[in-house]
Amino acid sequence: MHLFLTNKTSPRLSIDRWGLAAFLIAAVVIVPLGVVLSSVFSAHDDVWAHLIETTLAGILINTFWLTLGVAIGTSVLGVSLAWLTAATDFPGRRFFDWALMLPMAIPSYVTAFVAIGLLDFSGPLQTVLRLWLGKDGFWFPEIRSRGGVILVMTLTLYPYVYLLARNAFLTQGRRALEAAQSLGASRLSGFFRVALPMARPWIVGGVMLALMETLSDFGAVSIFNYDTFATAIYQAWFGFFSVSAASQLASFLVLLVFILLLLEQKLTARTRYTSTSLTTRQGDRIQLKGMTRWFAVMIAFSVFLIAFIVPVTQLLIWSVSIAGEDFDARYFVYLGHSLSLGGGAALMTVAAVLILVYSQRLRPTVMIRVLVRISTLGYALPGSVLAVGIFIPFAWLDHQTMTYLDRPFILKGTVAAMLLAYLVRFLAVAYHPVQSVIKRISQHIDESAQNLGCSGIEMLRRVHLPMMRSGVLTALVLVFVDVMKEMPITLMMRPFGWDTLAIRIYEMTSEGEWERAALPAIAIVLAGLIPVFLLARDRERGF
Amino acid sequence: MTIIELIKVSKNYPNSKLPAICDVSLKVEEGEVLALLGPSGSGKTTLLRLIAGFETPDEGVVLLKGNIVSEQGLALPPEKRGVGMVFQDYALFPHLNAAENIAFGLRRMSRSEKNEKVCTILEMVGLSDFSKRYPHELSGGQQQRIALARALAPDPALVLLDEPFSSLDPDMCVRMREDVSEILQKTGSTAVLVTHDHEEAFSMADKVALLNEGRLEQLDTPEGIYHTPLSPFVADFVGKADFITGVVEGGKIVTEIGCLQNTSHFIEGAEVMVMIRPDDIDLRPNAKGDATVLERQFRGSENYYRLRLSSGQIIHSGQHSVSVYPVGSQVDLQLQITHVVAFEKTKVNGPRS
Repeated sequence: MHLFLTNKTSPRLSIDRWGLAAFLIAAVVIVPLGVVLSSVFSAHDDVWAHLIETTLAGILINTFWLTLGVAIGTSVLGVSLAWLTAATDFPGRRFFDWALMLPMAIPSYVTAFVAIGLLDFSGPLQTVLRLWLGKDGFWFPEIRSRGGVILVMTLTLYPYVYLLARNAFLTQGRRALEAAQSLGASRLSGFFRVALPMARPWIVGGVMLALMETLSDFGAVSIFNYDTFATAIYQAWFGFFSVSAASQLASFLVLLVFILLLLEQKLTARTRYTSTSLTTRQGDRIQLKGMTRWFAVMIAFSVFLIAFIVPVTQLLIWSVSIAGEDFDARYFVYLGHSLSLGGGAALMTVAAVLILVYSQRLRPTVMIRVLVRISTLGYALPGSVLAVGIFIPFAWLDHQTMTYLDRPFILKGTVAAMLLAYLVRFLAVAYHPVQSVIKRISQHIDESAQNLGCSGIEMLRRVHLPMMRSGVLTALVLVFVDVMKEMPITLMMRPFGWDTLAIRIYEMTSEGEWERAALPAIAIVLAGLIPVFLLARDRERGF
Repeated sequence: MTIIELIKVSKNYPNSKLPAICDVSLKVEEGEVLALLGPSGSGKTTLLRLIAGFETPDEGVVLLKGNIVSEQGLALPPEKRGVGMVFQDYALFPHLNAAENIAFGLRRMSRSEKNEKVCTILEMVGLSDFSKRYPHELSGGQQQRIALARALAPDPALVLLDEPFSSLDPDMCVRMREDVSEILQKTGSTAVLVTHDHEEAFSMADKVALLNEGRLEQLDTPEGIYHTPLSPFVADFVGKADFITGVVEGGKIVTEIGCLQNTSHFIEGAEVMVMIRPDDIDLRPNAKGDATVLERQFRGSENYYRLRLSSGQIIHSGQHSVSVYPVGSQVDLQLQITHVVAFEKTKVNGPRS
C-alpha cells in the first residue's frame, strides 16, 4: 500500500505555500526598489546637473563623517553599557538595566531640537553662562555642527546596539567564558576574546540598524541644516520639483546601504551559535569593587541623564509653559493616528517577518534565502524615496482600474498604502531580532516536534513562537517605536486629515517653535515608553 | 509482525565521495530492540534519520508496518510516520514543563485522557513528582527519561534512540541503560538504537546491525556478533581480539598454541588467521610454559594479562580476579574455544593492538 509521499528530490525548484508567501513579501519590497533603481537609467535633467555641481560633494563628505561617527559612538556606548548591565554588578544596575533603554522612546529629531533649543547661543545654558562670566568670557562649542549631529544621533540610536548586545551577553551562556578562564584568560581578556566575538552577530546587527537609521534620517539633519542624501532628496523633489533627480540621489543612497549590507554579511557569515540553557545568573556577575563600581554608576547615570532626563525635562518645561494656549482635542486625534499606525504596522511587519524567517527554516533553499535577502532590502530605501517608489505604481494601478473598470479603485493616498510603506521600510528592523532567536533553536527541536506529529504552522505556534517570544517582542517594539517616530513617509503619504504627532512636530520645528513642538514630542516619548516598559517586564520574568 | 524493513537502501550526500549508506537491508520485528553499531562516520545516524523520515533514500525502499514510507527520492514526512525519537541532546521543549512536554504529541484526546496518559507514563519512568519541572530544572538522567516518555506517549510503532546515553556520565549511563531497557520491555516497544559502544549494544539489543563505511557488515544477535564475527572488522570492533597465524593440515588448523577445528572448511595447506578472544584462553602456571607474562591489569572482576608467545606473537587473556601470575613468569595456555573463527590470511592486515 502506498501512502501519500511528498517529493523531496528537487527542493530547489519546488514552490510550496511557504515559498509562495515569501515570494509575495519579496515582491512588495522589490517593486518600489525597482522603481527607484530604474531611475538611474532615466535621462539626467538640469536639476541633477545643478546638484552635482553644487551639493553632491558636500553631501558625500557629510554622510561619510556622520556614518563613521555614529558607528563608533553607538557601538562603544551600546556595547559597554550592555556589558556593564549584563555581566557586572554595581549599585543601581537593575534600574539602569532598563533605564538605558528609555532613550529609544525619544526620536532623534526631538533630541535634536531640544539640544539646539538648550545649547544654542540664545538658549538658557549660554544665557546663564553669559550672565555669570560676561559677554565674551568663555568659549562654547557650536551645537549646530557635525559633532553636534553625531552626538545627537549617537544618544538616540545607541539603544539598538545596547538591546541586541545585552541580549547576546545574557544568553550566550557561561561555559565558553569559563573555558577561557580555565585557559588562563582574565575576565577582561575573556570579555575581549570570547564574550565579545560571540556577541558579534548581534552587535553588528545593532550597529547596522543604527547606521541605516542614520542614513535615512530626515528629521534631525533637517533641524540641524546638515545636508545629507535624505534632505537633498526631499529638496530635489519638493524644492526643485524633480522626481527624477530625487530618485537619482536615492539610488546613490541605496548603493551606500548595499555596501553596508554586504559588510554585515561578511562580518556575520558562518556564525550559527546554538544556545546553551545556561544564562547569566546573579552569582556569575563580576562584582565591581571600590572606585570601579562608582565609575560604572557614573557612566550609566551620565548617559541616562544626557540621553533621557535632560531632554524629557526640557520638553516638560516647554510643554507646561505652552499647554495653556496650545493644548486641545486635536492632540487626541494626532495620538490616535500615531498609535494605530504604529500598532498596525508592527503587527503586519512581524507577521511578514515570521513567514520569511519560518519559510527559511523549513525550506533552507537557495531561492528562499534570496527572497528573504530581497525582502530585508526595504531598509535601504529612505522614507522619502519609498514614498515615491510606492506612490508611482499605485498611481499607475489606480489609473488602470479607472480606465478598464470604469470605477477607480483608489490606492494612492490611503492608510493601506502607508502601512505597506512602513512594512517595506521596517521589515529589516523586525527581521534581525527574530532571526537571531530562531538561529539559536537547535534543529533537533524541530525534528522532535515533527516526530510527535507537529509541523508547519502548528509547529510555529506551539514550539517556535513561545521559544522566540523575546525576539518577537523586541521586533514588535522596534517597529512600533520606529513608526511612531517616522517622519518622511508619514509626511508624504498620509491621507488628507491623517495628521500624526510626528507631523505636528515637523510643522512646528520648521518654524523654530521649540515650545510648541514639545507638546506632541512629549506624547511621542510617552507612547514610546510603553513598549520599553513591556520589554523590561518580560525581561524581569526571565525566560 | 515486521515493524520496519529496509530493502537495499542507499544514500549519497552531495559533495561526498563515499556513500553515506550503501545497499543496506534489514528488518525489525515487533517488540525487538535493534542496535545500529559502528564507528563514527559509519552511517548509523543517517540510517536512523532515514527511518525517521528526516532523510530520503536515493535508492531502495523503507517499509513501516508493511507500508512504503520512503522510496527513491520520495518520503512520507516525519510528522506523518508515528515514529518516536529520542535525541542525543534530548531536545526537550524549554518553554514546556515535563508534563507538557510529554503531552505535546498526544492528539485527538480529551484533556482528562491526556492527563491520565501523562500520569501513567510519568509513573512508568519514575518521575511522577517532577511533572511541573521545566527541562532546565531536571538532571541529565531525568531529562533523558522525560525525552523517552515524550517519545513513547503517543504509542509510536517504533522508537528511535540516537546515541541516547552519550551525554551522561558513565555511572549514570549504566543505570540508564537498565532503566531504558526496562521501560522498553514494559511497554513492549519496538526500538532502534544508535550507538558506537558495543557493550551498550550488547546489553540493550536483541539484534545488532554492525555498520562500516555505510555498509551492513553483519546483522546478528549480540552473541552471534561477538562469537562468530563474519569479518575481522567486526571481530575487532566488538571487543578485544588477537589474531594468530595457523595452517590447515590434516583437516585441522595448526597454530603455535594448539590445533583447532577447521569449521570454515579452508582448503588443505591454506594459511589462516585465527581470532582469539581474551576469554578463550586459560592460563596455568608452568616454569617451562611457552608464554611469558608481560603485564597484568587488575580490573576488579578480572585480571587482564598481556602475554608473549615464543614466536613473539602478543596475545591477551582475561583471568579470574584471584588468579595472579607475576610479570615475567612463564605460563601454559589452554584453549577453550567454543566457536573457532578464522579468516583467510589476506583478509587480515595484521592484528591491531
